[in-house]
Amino acid sequence: MIPSAFTFYKPDSIEKAVSIMKDFGDEARVIAGGHSLIPVMKQRLTDIKHLIDLSAIEELKGINISGKSITIGAMTTQVELITNENLFKTAPVIREASLQIADPQVRNLGTIGGNVANGDPANDMPGLMQLLDATYKLSGTNGLREVKAREFYDGAYFTAREDDEILISISFDAPIGGYAYEKQKRKIGDYATAAAGVILNVDNGVCSSASIALTNLSDTPVYCDEAVSMLTGKNIDDNLLSQATKSCVEQSDPVADQRGPVEFKKYVAGIVINKALKRAFERS
Amino acid sequence: MDDVKTPSSEERKSALSGLGTSRKRVEDARFTQGKGNYVDDIKLKGMLFGDFVRSPVAHAKIKKIDTAAALALPGVHAVLTAADLEPLGLHWMPTLAGDKQMVLADGKVLFQGQEVAFVVGDDRYAVSDGVALVEVEYDELPVVTDPFKAEMEDAPVLREDIADQKEGAHGPRRHPNHIFTWESGDKEGTNKVLDEAEVVADEMVYYHRTHPCPLETCGCVASMDKVNGKLTVWGTFQAPHAVRTVASLISSIPEHNIRIISPDIGGGFGNKVGVYPGYVCAIVASIVTGVPIKWVEDRMDNLMATAFARDYWMHGKISATKEGKITGLWCHTTADHGAFDACADPTKFPAGFMNICTGSYDIPVAYLAVDGVYTNKAPGGVAYRCSFRVTEASYFIERMIEVLALKLGMDSAELRSKNFIKKEQFPYTSALGWEYDSGDYHQAWDKALEAVNYKKLREDQAKQLELFKSGKSRKLIGIGLSHFTEIVGAGPVKNCDILGLGMFDACEIRIHPTGSAIARLGTISQGQGHATTFAQILASEIGIPASDITLEEGDTDTAPYGLGTYGSRSTPVAGAATAMAGRKIRAKAQMIAAYLLEVHDDDLEWDVDRFVVKGAPEKFKTMKEIAFASYNQAIPGVEPGLEAVSYYDPPNMTYPNGAYICVMEIDVDTGVSEIKKVYALDDCGTRINPMIIEGQVHGGLTEALAISMGQEIAYDEQGNVMTGTLMDFFVPTAWETPNYETDFTETPSPHHPIGAKGVGESPNVGGVSAFSNAVHDAFKSFGLTQAHMPHDHWRVWKIAKDLGLHN
Repeated sequence: MIPSAFTFYKPDSIEKAVSIMKDFGDEARVIAGGHSLIPVMKQRLTDIKHLIDLSAIEELKGINISGKSITIGAMTTQVELITNENLFKTAPVIREASLQIADPQVRNLGTIGGNVANGDPANDMPGLMQLLDATYKLSGTNGLREVKAREFYDGAYFTAREDDEILISISFDAPIGGYAYEKQKRKIGDYATAAAGVILNVDNGVCSSASIALTNLSDTPVYCDEAVSMLTGKNIDDNLLSQATKSCVEQSDPVADQRGPVEFKKYVAGIVINKALKRAFERS
Repeated sequence: MDDVKTPSSEERKSALSGLGTSRKRVEDARFTQGKGNYVDDIKLKGMLFGDFVRSPVAHAKIKKIDTAAALALPGVHAVLTAADLEPLGLHWMPTLAGDKQMVLADGKVLFQGQEVAFVVGDDRYAVSDGVALVEVEYDELPVVTDPFKAEMEDAPVLREDIADQKEGAHGPRRHPNHIFTWESGDKEGTNKVLDEAEVVADEMVYYHRTHPCPLETCGCVASMDKVNGKLTVWGTFQAPHAVRTVASLISSIPEHNIRIISPDIGGGFGNKVGVYPGYVCAIVASIVTGVPIKWVEDRMDNLMATAFARDYWMHGKISATKEGKITGLWCHTTADHGAFDACADPTKFPAGFMNICTGSYDIPVAYLAVDGVYTNKAPGGVAYRCSFRVTEASYFIERMIEVLALKLGMDSAELRSKNFIKKEQFPYTSALGWEYDSGDYHQAWDKALEAVNYKKLREDQAKQLELFKSGKSRKLIGIGLSHFTEIVGAGPVKNCDILGLGMFDACEIRIHPTGSAIARLGTISQGQGHATTFAQILASEIGIPASDITLEEGDTDTAPYGLGTYGSRSTPVAGAATAMAGRKIRAKAQMIAAYLLEVHDDDLEWDVDRFVVKGAPEKFKTMKEIAFASYNQAIPGVEPGLEAVSYYDPPNMTYPNGAYICVMEIDVDTGVSEIKKVYALDDCGTRINPMIIEGQVHGGLTEALAISMGQEIAYDEQGNVMTGTLMDFFVPTAWETPNYETDFTETPSPHHPIGAKGVGESPNVGGVSAFSNAVHDAFKSFGLTQAHMPHDHWRVWKIAKDLGLHN
């Protein structure tokens, strides 16, 4: 469990980091919290020649809340997401979801940027960011650009990020309405068997807006647009939530692993999604 | 003159911290400060590192191994293959089970993760780069991972080296992939009883493959001193003396020139009993290079290659009268041993003590047959926190009792009670030939049922079932019962040996002039707290405070010969040796005291920490005074000094037992279970240190929880290990660990000097049945009779689905 040799860089600005990435192309990788990257390096499943540590770049850190607009630096750790009271007041679903990621030791180092940029379908943050309709800001040799979280993921570990780009921040508007992030896992530290995030905005029993996203139920996060349109403008009741659940499960496409076969995962997805929908509705 | 009051016997007894005291562990001061000294902490001058090239496939011919690129790498010193070991006769080595196993792949590989080449280099980094550069060409062969398919006519032959051998170490072999058939009991008599029985329950009970997974993996540092010809090996050895003898036999290095040292060991649980290729390669590499070599497994190596446990398919039939009196038990076990039979059992017991499978019950006739089979899986078959195959046996009988209770329509608590061996039947000889030493099963059972309020639990369960049936809840409650009898403390030399070494153990004591002492034993603690508890045994025997007694284990140059620590044998065997050595010290002390007090030996009596003249309590000599006298007085007919050694050959095994009860709530839709209660009553005979017993029970229960609820070594059909990391191999954290209620009864062993039986493994043996039976019990009213472990979310979900409980 020893990685192959690599050169280690610790730049103090985004420009310097981008310039190293430009020099080495796909031989270079940035490292944030390292919880996904280091194990695959140690197992020599990936061969990285140039490793760029982003931890010294101050401008990548911090949570900025201005009115209803929230911007989170890519190197903000999960423990900061949990403990920031203003963030909890404006987007409480983030704390609820973050507390279900791994364990406290991992969350002390794990970052939001690493979690969303790696493209691992088992990570919780990509689904959460699709739920919040977040926008990712990327910095590369050709300057800055923005990509919607709902358009960022092409497949497991394949994203819209170019080899010379670094994800620098994530922004979204404060969600309105009830929320829930529900996850079933085998043990502390495990990835989801199935997880779902829900936001429901309900006025006088009528759903004015909704968002639903799933984690680890396909090779990318799943944004459940069909269920969302099914709910929007309708009177919410148990029956409609069941139909929406069914639609979400149909959009999922899990694979079998040690957590269980596909049939089981789809069944549990239905339970988890329905629980999330009901809790979000109760909170709306 | 002031009255100087002599402390009372009770006060002096209390000052000793002897038997029955919850003395704090003396080991913890260093462990909690990070001051332990484990194998990987050992750093010697000029030391190099070694690591393995391992097979990525489960079955293949090796066409070619090209080491040139690795050898060309700066920092790599040597690459060993089977071809390098063959001239030394070390490319294969004997196993503890009478088979042999490849040290490095000799022409073929038989399991994923098998050791193919050993790369030696400056540091772990150079070695890892070297391992990546060794090119091995494999010609893949068909794979068999199912022990039942292994014996089919068209099955691929795994062990071509012995394909034509019709006779194995344990009798005839009927197929190239068959290892042995081992039988115990009365076949005809049992069949007759089953044929004529009023009720017979018939079930296949699988105890899946798992792994002990100690926190510290296996490893060693081998150092050959070419000047004096002495080989020193520091290693994770649960049996250092046995390793020394085996190393001498296979290397031809004289035994006096081998020194084996087990330093601090971070958990063993059976994983560190066997001899692994890493040890042999490190020793050879040290001889070749002339410098010390360190080899330490990483977690994936440990899970993939060293010493799995269980993997027993146990087909059982149990018969009874309509009233629930058990009349007979039949069992056929198919034992999946993997690629080599490297099972760690006493030599005459190829299936360990599986014939304790009649459990706690008075069963008139029984028959057991075990067939060992080769498959393309890692070798091992160790006793994971249990005596040899005892947890398999206990799980088998405790499942069969449940299955029989269902068939009889009887409460299984009552069925157990009806069939327990009665107190007055001890010593009791079981149908499969063991002589149970002591027990009071009814007392323990009644106490347990009362402690958990069993009647109320069943009422609560029935209420929850009604809620479920009426659609108001999706949860069920299961009550898991378990009564176990272990057989530990191997064992009497007349029938227990490992590679011809009798399974006695030893203790040597030296009393220093100022009245403190050192005791050395043939065992080795891996977390059991021997330095704490054995000092307590001695304190009570010789009247020296436990805190004045140093305990030393694990260095074969200083410790007396013993067979090590596993199978709960330390207290039953070495603990007995300790007490007996203490009694020799006391006998000599009595002679010295008699001389000093100018009375006859018989005029003295022992009082806690001193010899007192009978009828004259003011005349006495304390052990401290006697110790000094033994060094400065010329006593006629008595040698100077105060030392003793005792080699203890136990007359019988010991039979710890207990009653465990678990209450579990299960969500039928998600398969998630929540443990509501775990009650564990242990009878381990005389209790040496109640706090350590409780710690042992907590630890063992947590392992039992892991095994029954999710922990497994799984293979796919190509022989790939699917659970090679702690992501998929379940080791519970504090979060998953429930609260435990512990309790006890105390029935001393009549043949043990202090009546102690051993406890370290009881909770694993009793716990697995309690947890698994709870899962079964939750679904029993819907017709479930047997569902194989581990009961992880999807398997529990599958039970509910197959019973039609999903919408």
